[in-house]
Amino acid sequence: MKWETVIGLEVHTQLLTASKIFSGASTMYGSEPNTQACAVDIGLPGVLPVMNVEAARMAIKFGLAIGAEINRHSVFARKNYFYPDLPKGYQISQYELPIVYNGKVEIDVDGLTKIISITRAHLEEDAGKSLHEDFHGLSGIDFNRAGTPLLEIVSEPDMRSAAEAVVYLKKLHELVRYLEICDGNMQEGSFRCDANVSVRPEGQETFGTRTELKNINSFKFVEKAIEFEIERQIDVLESGGAVVLETRLYDPDKNETRPMRSKEEAHDYRYFPDPDLPPLELDEAFIEAVRQTLPELPDAKRARFKRDYKLSDYDAGVLTATAAMADYYEDAVRKSKSDPKLVANWTIGDLSAYLNKENLSIEDSAVSSTMFSGLMKKINDGTLSVKTGKQVLEMLWKGQGADATDESTAAESVIIKFDLAQISDRTKIEQVIDKVLAASEAQVQQYRNGQEKVFGYFVGQVMKATGGKANPKQVNEILKKKLND
Amino acid sequence: MGPEAVINKSLAELSRALQSKETSSVDLTRAFLERMDTGQGLNAFITVDGDRALEQARAADARIARGDAGSLTGMPLAHKDIFCTKGLLTTCGSKILSNFVAPYNATLIERFNQAGAVILGKTNMDEFAMGSSNETSYFGAVENPWDRACVPGGSSGGSAAAVAARLAPAATGTDTGGSIRQPAAFCGITGLKPSYGRVSRYGMVAFASSLDQGGVLTRSAEDAAYLLSVMAGFDPRDSTSIDRPADDYVGSLEQDISGLTIGLPRQFFGEGLDPEVGRRVEAAIEEYKRLGVKAVDIDMPNCSLAVPCYYVLGPAEASSNLARYDGVRYGYRAPEYADLIDMYKKTRSQGFGAEVKRRILIGTYVLSAGYYDAYYLKALKLRRLIAQEFEQAFQICDLIVGPTTPTTAFKLGAKVDDPIAMYLNDIYTIPANLSGLPGISIPAGFDNAGHPVGLQLIGRYFDEARLLNMAHHYQRVTDWHKHTPAGFA
Repeated sequence: MKWETVIGLEVHTQLLTASKIFSGASTMYGSEPNTQACAVDIGLPGVLPVMNVEAARMAIKFGLAIGAEINRHSVFARKNYFYPDLPKGYQISQYELPIVYNGKVEIDVDGLTKIISITRAHLEEDAGKSLHEDFHGLSGIDFNRAGTPLLEIVSEPDMRSAAEAVVYLKKLHELVRYLEICDGNMQEGSFRCDANVSVRPEGQETFGTRTELKNINSFKFVEKAIEFEIERQIDVLESGGAVVLETRLYDPDKNETRPMRSKEEAHDYRYFPDPDLPPLELDEAFIEAVRQTLPELPDAKRARFKRDYKLSDYDAGVLTATAAMADYYEDAVRKSKSDPKLVANWTIGDLSAYLNKENLSIEDSAVSSTMFSGLMKKINDGTLSVKTGKQVLEMLWKGQGADATDESTAAESVIIKFDLAQISDRTKIEQVIDKVLAASEAQVQQYRNGQEKVFGYFVGQVMKATGGKANPKQVNEILKKKLND
Repeated sequence: MGPEAVINKSLAELSRALQSKETSSVDLTRAFLERMDTGQGLNAFITVDGDRALEQARAADARIARGDAGSLTGMPLAHKDIFCTKGLLTTCGSKILSNFVAPYNATLIERFNQAGAVILGKTNMDEFAMGSSNETSYFGAVENPWDRACVPGGSSGGSAAAVAARLAPAATGTDTGGSIRQPAAFCGITGLKPSYGRVSRYGMVAFASSLDQGGVLTRSAEDAAYLLSVMAGFDPRDSTSIDRPADDYVGSLEQDISGLTIGLPRQFFGEGLDPEVGRRVEAAIEEYKRLGVKAVDIDMPNCSLAVPCYYVLGPAEASSNLARYDGVRYGYRAPEYADLIDMYKKTRSQGFGAEVKRRILIGTYVLSAGYYDAYYLKALKLRRLIAQEFEQAFQICDLIVGPTTPTTAFKLGAKVDDPIAMYLNDIYTIPANLSGLPGISIPAGFDNAGHPVGLQLIGRYFDEARLLNMAHHYQRVTDWHKHTPAGFA
């Protein structure tokens, strides 16, 4: 039998607010345990939550970016369950009326565009973290994370393969970073994903029984976990069994999923509106003000790069992967007034190679976009060849040119200091060529007898004599003229 | 002024004595601390820290000397043990918080501290404010100073007994279903529950968040006006507090009340009302008529459903609010347990008393899948209907008047095993909580057994000034509020 896979994702994004969603404590990551947990965060008797408007602003930003509806009236509810890292015995979340609903995201899979519907995106608070090491058999709890704002983005079951799920997830990842509402750091848990996976015989309309996969905190694991789970479910079904509705944990070491809790243990969360928080009422002016802060979105930027800079799909894709990369590229093009394709090649090629080697993001590049534009200008106008261009980039990367009066002239100062400018002085080139021809009588004879491939030999000799700096165009032209005379 | 002279003065009089330096905060505080021996058997206080109180009193006297004093500077006050006090035990009458020292002050405490008031002690209360007799307290029952075999009412029973027995000039309390007004009625004092949102709930241990409201128990409406002036106001730390300036409660006390109309809900005078209580309330209404107030009969049929409505919503919120007492971070933890789940079970089984457990179970039940619509949602609808009924009533009257409770104080132990009978105590007080309206109970005489009778007035939303004004006029022509229980004079 042929099987079809059905996948829906729930993505938790930690919002980049300075303080927590219901208290004034800092949201900074990595501090000493329990140093960023105030009375509200640890649920002392008598404390009350106060909504951080910044979190609502970020949620709305996301909603507008995916063309979703923004609820003018959304409600915070309590999700009740006991767990040591959940200080109040309930999580404040949104249940019946989320702040964002009915959006969509376009993904490209194998050249085809597909729309993934977003059911809802709701605000909620994160829990603390249980620590099981260093406590001699006991557990410790760090409440620093408790109360960090989360936007939970819930998709429809619109994906049909692990690959699609990964593309969708990457698309969301790119979007939240563009919007500057989440740092996207999967290792630190600021971008987390749960996957609902089921299979059904191809052609069947009703969904199969699903399982929920947890702990899949990298793009690679999302793909592997889903693939493992699809195989597992098909095996179960083909051997006459039934898939059990349950939550399963992905173990990346063993590359397998295993049951975490079954339906019998399923919680009745007893959701009800939180009486401590009035409903979140939003007016048009507020939403409009947020709309004004929307940046150019990745799809629009890619289309514009292709159109305005005449770039290929691939080039436009790489250069718009992050807003910072796109800004860097555009700044370099604008300042160097050079061929956009040339700047694209150098950005994607040599510059990215340096970044990758040192595992740096473009924001941390040793060569700023202004310095890079100075280099591009010199390549574009022929002062530098590809070869000397690479040399200058390496020197700039290593800190040469730092003595230049400003960043835009750094490349130029390196060129002068190391005498790397191309020789375009006709008389100088003629002198070198004359010398080469005089010393290569045999080869000149061969050329004139019709062995034209010897031409390369003369070019090589001229380049050798000029340290590779002679303008190759001029060398070709003058050589041809002299040999044909 | 000697200690005897001090303890029988009203808060307003004491305030004037402090300002004019007739007495000092230290003398006043010491007089009340010594007075506590007299009331020891009442068990009105859970915590008294005399040294700390005297330290605050000295600071207040310095403020008065500097000329930097307000009307409450140097005034000793008792606080219900539900308000978090930094560095001082806050137990909420429960074993589960019996060792809890709050690291912060409730907004209400903070406001009194800024005003220069002195914390005399923390008063006894029903566990987590769940009770109408103060008998659910982990720290033992409180006796009614008028009849020590009787309950003082609850849940602010300690505060009511302390003020009635002159162990404190005034006390704070909280009222979720009548917990200020009912004990005020039972103890023959004045008890004000402001509108929901008028006084910050920050730092007030939550029982039912949408119903809880802090207020005061005093000897008179005038005293209540002084305290409310300090307590009332918006608090950015409480999203349900209302951003609206406080009125001039003291300044409005003398305002003319002739021509006002009081509404008398049929449902508050029907079956279940003790005839003696009824007669005292009728007499009070006659008194108001003599003051030029008109009385009209009104019909509020939905109010008779207030008790069942309340016993769905209150427990629902409580079941969630009390989930944080899990033994993990603070408070009581069972000494022995096998694993995490066992720790939760034992801690909560041992830490909570029977009434609290009963309400947690009711609340958990009504919020459960399959019952939510039938109970919780239905109760919410009923709550809206009751609020509408008040809105309609206030179209034809300015205040609603009736008895505070169906009976006067009952014997200790009399209703402990009959929760329904106990719950019916609050039948006249609960509607104001469900609709968020301000209510006050004032002394209106005594029954044949010598137990005080309370008269309840309910006002429009945020109309505390009118409520106090009405109560004050009654207290100008009567002296029920000036009676002192035998043995405490």
